[in-house]
Amino acid sequence: MYKLFLTIFILFLSACDVSQLNNPYQQDETDLSILYSSFSERPKHLDPAVSYSANENTFIGQIYEPPYQYHYLKRPYQLEPLTAVNMPVIEYFNQQGNKVDGVKIADIAYTDYTIDIKSGIKYQFHPAFIEANRKLTAEQIEAINLLSDFDQQGTRELIAADYVYQIKRLADPKVQSPIFGVMRNYILGFDEFSKQVNKAGIKQIEISGVQVVDRYRYKIRIKGKYPQFKFWLAMPFFAPMAWEVEAFYQQQGLSDKNITLDWFPVGTGPYFLSENNPNQRMVLTKNPNYREDKYPFEGEEGDKQKGLLDDAGKLMPFIDKVVYTLEKETIPYWNKFLQGYYDASGISSDSFDQAVQFIGDGDAKLTESMKAKDIQLQTSTMTSIFYMGFNMLDSTVGGDTESARKLRQAISIAIDYEEYISIFQNGRGLSAQGLIPHGIYGHEEHKAGMNPIVYDWVNEGYKRKSIKDAEKLMHEAGYQQGVDPKTGESLVLYFDTTSVSVDDRPRMNWYRKQFEKLGIKLVIRATDYNRFQEKMRNGSGQLFLWGWNADYPDPENFFFLLYSKNGKVKQGGENAVNYQNAEFDSLFEQMRNMEDSAQRLLIIQKMQDIVRKDAPWVFGFHPKSFSLFHGWYKNLKPNLMANNRLKYTRIDSKARELKREQWNQANFWPLLFAVIFFLLILFPAIKAFKHRAKETVK
Amino acid sequence: MIQYILRRCLYALPLLMGVNILTFVLFFVVNNPDDMARMQLGQKHVTEQAIQNWKQQHGYDLPLLWNQQADSSEKLTETIFYQKSMGLFLFDFGLSESGRNIGADIKQRMWPSLSIALPSLMVGLLVNISVALMMVLFRNTYIEFSSIVLCVVLMSISSLFYIIGGQFFIGKLLKLVPISGYDTGFSAIKFLILPVLISVVSGVGSGARWYRTLFLEEVEKDYVRTARAKGLTETQVLFKHVLKNAMIPILTGVVVVLPLLFMGSLIMESFFSIPGLGSYTIDAINRQDFAIVRSMVFLGSVLYIIGLILTDISYSFVDPRVRLE
Repeated sequence: MYKLFLTIFILFLSACDVSQLNNPYQQDETDLSILYSSFSERPKHLDPAVSYSANENTFIGQIYEPPYQYHYLKRPYQLEPLTAVNMPVIEYFNQQGNKVDGVKIADIAYTDYTIDIKSGIKYQFHPAFIEANRKLTAEQIEAINLLSDFDQQGTRELIAADYVYQIKRLADPKVQSPIFGVMRNYILGFDEFSKQVNKAGIKQIEISGVQVVDRYRYKIRIKGKYPQFKFWLAMPFFAPMAWEVEAFYQQQGLSDKNITLDWFPVGTGPYFLSENNPNQRMVLTKNPNYREDKYPFEGEEGDKQKGLLDDAGKLMPFIDKVVYTLEKETIPYWNKFLQGYYDASGISSDSFDQAVQFIGDGDAKLTESMKAKDIQLQTSTMTSIFYMGFNMLDSTVGGDTESARKLRQAISIAIDYEEYISIFQNGRGLSAQGLIPHGIYGHEEHKAGMNPIVYDWVNEGYKRKSIKDAEKLMHEAGYQQGVDPKTGESLVLYFDTTSVSVDDRPRMNWYRKQFEKLGIKLVIRATDYNRFQEKMRNGSGQLFLWGWNADYPDPENFFFLLYSKNGKVKQGGENAVNYQNAEFDSLFEQMRNMEDSAQRLLIIQKMQDIVRKDAPWVFGFHPKSFSLFHGWYKNLKPNLMANNRLKYTRIDSKARELKREQWNQANFWPLLFAVIFFLLILFPAIKAFKHRAKETVK
Repeated sequence: MIQYILRRCLYALPLLMGVNILTFVLFFVVNNPDDMARMQLGQKHVTEQAIQNWKQQHGYDLPLLWNQQADSSEKLTETIFYQKSMGLFLFDFGLSESGRNIGADIKQRMWPSLSIALPSLMVGLLVNISVALMMVLFRNTYIEFSSIVLCVVLMSISSLFYIIGGQFFIGKLLKLVPISGYDTGFSAIKFLILPVLISVVSGVGSGARWYRTLFLEEVEKDYVRTARAKGLTETQVLFKHVLKNAMIPILTGVVVVLPLLFMGSLIMESFFSIPGLGSYTIDAINRQDFAIVRSMVFLGSVLYIIGLILTDISYSFVDPRVRLE
């Protein structure tokens, strides 16, 4: 009997397809071109007028289409038309309304951007485009739970008026667009519109500076000259919005079912959101109405050799569907990536050593186990900067005195960010030499890009100045061996931080040790996020950590962080250190209105020199992103500016399926051994129990 | 009994009001409406005007608890507390600060929570009672001794270790079930096996020891001796008499947690990507979403009160001596 049972069990096991029992997806989907990705936090907004986070742009960047986009392959980053026919026609006008050439900034009162959009672009299918669906009764709304419950779905052509409608939404205080404060300074009539819109309604009134010229052309008039405006036109904020869509979602009762514009985007892009459950899964599906859009024919040098032009001229998008699954923890995510159930992964510090090793010259390389799985590593320096800020309003570290400046310079030398990157970033970062990160105009390499206050040029590389140099500066600042002459004791500085967890302790201790090199006692003031922000707003902090991620690839987007008119305390702006320098301000005002040129570069170099000398920041580091991709994931090139990268990429589903089968053969034998072991233990127990039951009282 | 239940429900009202006030006060001691607005509006380019607009649109431009400017009863009603809290008593949770309907979210998320918590409780109960009975059956033998040692070992291990270890061993090495994920309907079963198994194993140490204590207390009583004296076997004594009489403390522990099963488990749901209610409150606290926090605390309190009432009712069914008056 036992033998028979065992034989049947073994036959059963051998007859079963024991591959991919651990597959978290539907088996019938395996042959489709599907990209499997994840999200760790549900997006807050999917309305292009409101959304401003990278995790939100992951979705809406594929759905909404602003008039311009960044070229996927070319570097430095280059704008090109997306739904527009060509780049905007830019015209300058003086105060009298006469056209001027735009060379003399002082002459320019207004700039007009005229944009022609392509004809024949269609929206995705959506119930909003059927008139009856915009006049639903309460009973009809009651019966609806999902957008797919609507029998009729329609579409219509994209027109210039949709872009104008969206700009009006940006000005509508009810929408609460985060760029309202920026755009009111530039778009003519934006502020006036925002004051009137509550009374009149968005369709009834116009923004004086935004006009529909004809069905496919619209014009935006901005105050003065602002060359960076073109970059804003490549962001989802300036994507089109059909008035029908907003009218549809505004129907009473739909929001009670979470059917809102903020959650169900409607665009013209290559994908539409076919499933939206931010608590579990979000799915993008190829938009059947998507126009003819071809993979680029050109890239930068080396792209052809890397196979990045193999699909040149082919129609995009290549992927049929993208499944984003909510995955909050990094460990299960990483394991599923190794099993082939995710196509790409970042590298958490837990799995860093398993995936990456550094070779002699500091270059990152994949480990043998990753190579065996044909995993690819892609690294790119992000257009971000992390820095330690000195509050320039503070009486000790701030101000324009020589003593405070030298103290700041000494601290800049003492904080060894190379060591920090090595210990806390697993080598994923580059020490910053100034404000501008790699990939942004004005960033310079080698000796020309070095911060001479903190580094020396030795053996064709940067070398941090010795601690003796820092001590000398401390001496000159009046703090010999770190002693504060006012107290006769070690100088005490206060470091405000929101890093309060146990995991942050080593980092805080490291900072303390950097200051100890100069004899300074660093007091860590750990605080919650709200109080930290409050200290920044009222200028009561002394030292703090801060960061900035580029909105667009222009140095203005970094230098404005030190422009005095953006001071945090006085103006509530982004100049968190409240830096103020008249020469810097004047150069900034010149530089921000200039097109890229040798003259602009010269001004940028001067501005870098000023801030390096004044040292309102300890220029920390530019983080490097390390991403892993399976071999079947094609056409990947880091592009930190583009939001719509998905349409360029391709998945080799067959190769993935083969690998998944190979990597996921179920293993039952340990279970069988466990059962046998359990029975072996149980057998003497049962025997003992029977024996005991038969025992008599002695 | 109906009178008793009604009375308990009425007692619950001031209790819920107290919980509501406490949540409100604690939340606004740490945060203020300006902080909430900043959190919702993001970090870049946030102007004072945008903050004022946000507060006005979300009803946070009113005083917190007492409106000195208003007339008569509006002094109380035209406040953030009144406007945000009164709807809760009608189970109208309103919208979260990010604009989602909280009631719809709770309805959607409670089922995944329940689908993991209910089987974990039932299987766990069965296993714990069985192991405890086995230990009592084999008391004073090497089996009981080794079981106690094993229980102490199991109790001493962090639940996080069970989760990561279980995912590593069963999901990654044996490749028998998905490491994490969730689906609806019958497709959910393959995702639930591992978390339920881990819940049961991680709880068996403390559960079995607790039930063993209860059973041991019972086996020493006179009626057990009488049962043995009349010739019943040890298994008959345990299953027919001891188990039945140990039901009251078992019910106390089980019935009270039944309604709370809807609230989910934070760590378990997080590691297994179960879209339940476990992380809903924590995420809301991190996002300073007061609307969700107050709703979830209120719901938790209501469910706890229901649990206590159910426990009292269940006593009367199990023990005829208990009468609800």
